[in-house]
Amino acid sequence: MSEIQVVNLGKAYKTYPSQWARLAEWLIPNSKPRHELKWVLTDISFHIKPGEALGVVGMNGAGKSTLLKILTGTTQATSGHLSATGRVAALLELGMGFHPDFTGRQNVYMAGQLLGLSMEELHTLMPSIEAFAEIGEYMDHPLRTYSSGMQMRLAFSVATAQRPDILIVDEALSVGDSYFQHKSFDRIRQFRKEGTTLLIVSHDRQSIQSVCDRAILLNKGNLVMEGPPEEVMDYYGAMMAEREQNTIRQERLDNGKVRTISGTGEASISSVVLLDEQGKATEVIEVGSPVTLEVRVDINSDIPRLVLGFMIKDRMGQAIYGINTHRLNRELIDLKAGDKVVYRYAFPANIGKGHYSIALSLSRLDSHIDTNYEWRDFALVFHIINSTQPDFVGAAWLDSSLDIQRS
Amino acid sequence: MIPDLLRAAWGYRGFIYGSVKREFQSRYRNSLLGALWNIINPLAMIIVYTVIFSQLMQARLPGVENNLAYGIFLCSGLLTWGFFQEMIARGQGVFLDNGNMLKKLSFPRITLPIISVLSSLVNFSIIFSLFIGFLVVTGNYPNISILAIFPLILLQILFAMSLGIILGVLNVFFRDIGQFMGVVLQFWFWFTPIIYPLNVAPKQAQEWIVLNPMTSVAQAYQGVFVYGKWPDWYSLWPTFAIALILFVVALRLFRKRAGEIVDEL
Repeated sequence: MSEIQVVNLGKAYKTYPSQWARLAEWLIPNSKPRHELKWVLTDISFHIKPGEALGVVGMNGAGKSTLLKILTGTTQATSGHLSATGRVAALLELGMGFHPDFTGRQNVYMAGQLLGLSMEELHTLMPSIEAFAEIGEYMDHPLRTYSSGMQMRLAFSVATAQRPDILIVDEALSVGDSYFQHKSFDRIRQFRKEGTTLLIVSHDRQSIQSVCDRAILLNKGNLVMEGPPEEVMDYYGAMMAEREQNTIRQERLDNGKVRTISGTGEASISSVVLLDEQGKATEVIEVGSPVTLEVRVDINSDIPRLVLGFMIKDRMGQAIYGINTHRLNRELIDLKAGDKVVYRYAFPANIGKGHYSIALSLSRLDSHIDTNYEWRDFALVFHIINSTQPDFVGAAWLDSSLDIQRS
Repeated sequence: MIPDLLRAAWGYRGFIYGSVKREFQSRYRNSLLGALWNIINPLAMIIVYTVIFSQLMQARLPGVENNLAYGIFLCSGLLTWGFFQEMIARGQGVFLDNGNMLKKLSFPRITLPIISVLSSLVNFSIIFSLFIGFLVVTGNYPNISILAIFPLILLQILFAMSLGIILGVLNVFFRDIGQFMGVVLQFWFWFTPIIYPLNVAPKQAQEWIVLNPMTSVAQAYQGVFVYGKWPDWYSLWPTFAIALILFVVALRLFRKRAGEIVDEL
């Protein structure tokens, strides 16, 4: 079993005012340093237990790639300490060491050796590599005749031919057709089950939340948050929306979940309730019954335009349904401080049984990335129960009708 | 430090072997004659040097009867210098050219200079075998002293590989190195008695030329093929000493800067 221990890790690049300064520093013995250190990672510490999956998120330039490079050993840390036990495989850039003029099979041998596999191992693994890539007779054609998707299939198959003790995956993986994407993700999940320790870098909420046990958030080279993937992703989503003016607040709810609220506060949500047919506030809803989401909004300062959006998420945090007033062409214009608005969305609860949460956003445009008045995760939690309909599986209630003809 | 590097390289021997083989194959992929070009090119060169210089231009080596002698003299110096120069030239570009791979993959970096030296050695072996074949065909059988070429080749490899690694590392940080070496190699070539025998150079120049570490190596090769005599081993000691020093410097420099190289690419 293998684990990764990172203690106070830091990485700095040397910057010299000119090439001559570098030359002087090299040649003049005992000279004072003439470079400045530009820190891209500072004081990163975390621990991944054997068999655990950790997600790494952060904006561009947050230091994710540098961290991965240090973990895979292509670049060295400037300070701190890193220990990783076991065979490390990295899916950072697929297809390194491929040559267009050689056949797929020849390239598999080459790329495999570059990954540290021996010729004998590759002989043994070849049938499974071939089977996984599913590129048929192309295996013996030159690589330049491949489509980019086929190259990627082959590259992925080689890189994951043997289960590594530690697997490091960059978001680069989201290439190839959706069939192969699923297949490759299944293989990663399979590795996890067999005990591979996993580290995934991604912007994609779905892949982080569906695979990882924990996540860390990097910002400007610092580790700003560590915790359950959903909380970290919420915080990250809010952070993306902010960047400048305002603050992010997280509250722990009774059910152990964390509610993230962020925004400028120019408009704010004063109450959220879900009403049943009789107009009574409820948190337990029968499958297929009509409900109304009532949101009261206070306008705290003059704003030109207001859009309210809501999104229903399942307990994994995956989006089930979401819409906003912009898309419904019902945005409000020229609101004054002190105004109050009541929104009522009515919809049939055609979703499967289970726990759901509602996230709300108040923004100027379609997306809250531009101007975010308020963003609120876990604004409301409700349960769908099924006592009237036949027991079905899945997240959607499609109310199918059935016709059978037997002869 | 040397055992570590060697062990790392040994672990990747499959990769090294594969890379050398692939480079050899890739050169003539999709050509009709394929590997035949490996023979045609150097053969043409050997014929040009020997036939044109000795038959058409009637160039003679002072004190030797054989009318092919100057051609043989030329080939034994030029072919081995070509090998030496190729190793240095490839060495200085080895980290820059593989920058993408160095940044993305973790593997023993020392394999790269080894691959480049071995690739050069393969080319050289083909050319040199043809040269020896040519000598046999034209009746200029080399005698037992031909065995001396093996230590000579090893000496050249040690020298050129060490220098190549030093230049390769420096070139990552100071890109002037590549340009600079192009100029230096030109002068170095003409300051080595390859085209001319040492004794035809002006007296003052000779004093300087003998200080050139490659002079004794070129003369040793010429001695073997033109005169069939064993090299003057004592004259090769200084070259060997310089090569050893370069080797130590190369390893230390490589060790010290290997991590920084990736940041700079």
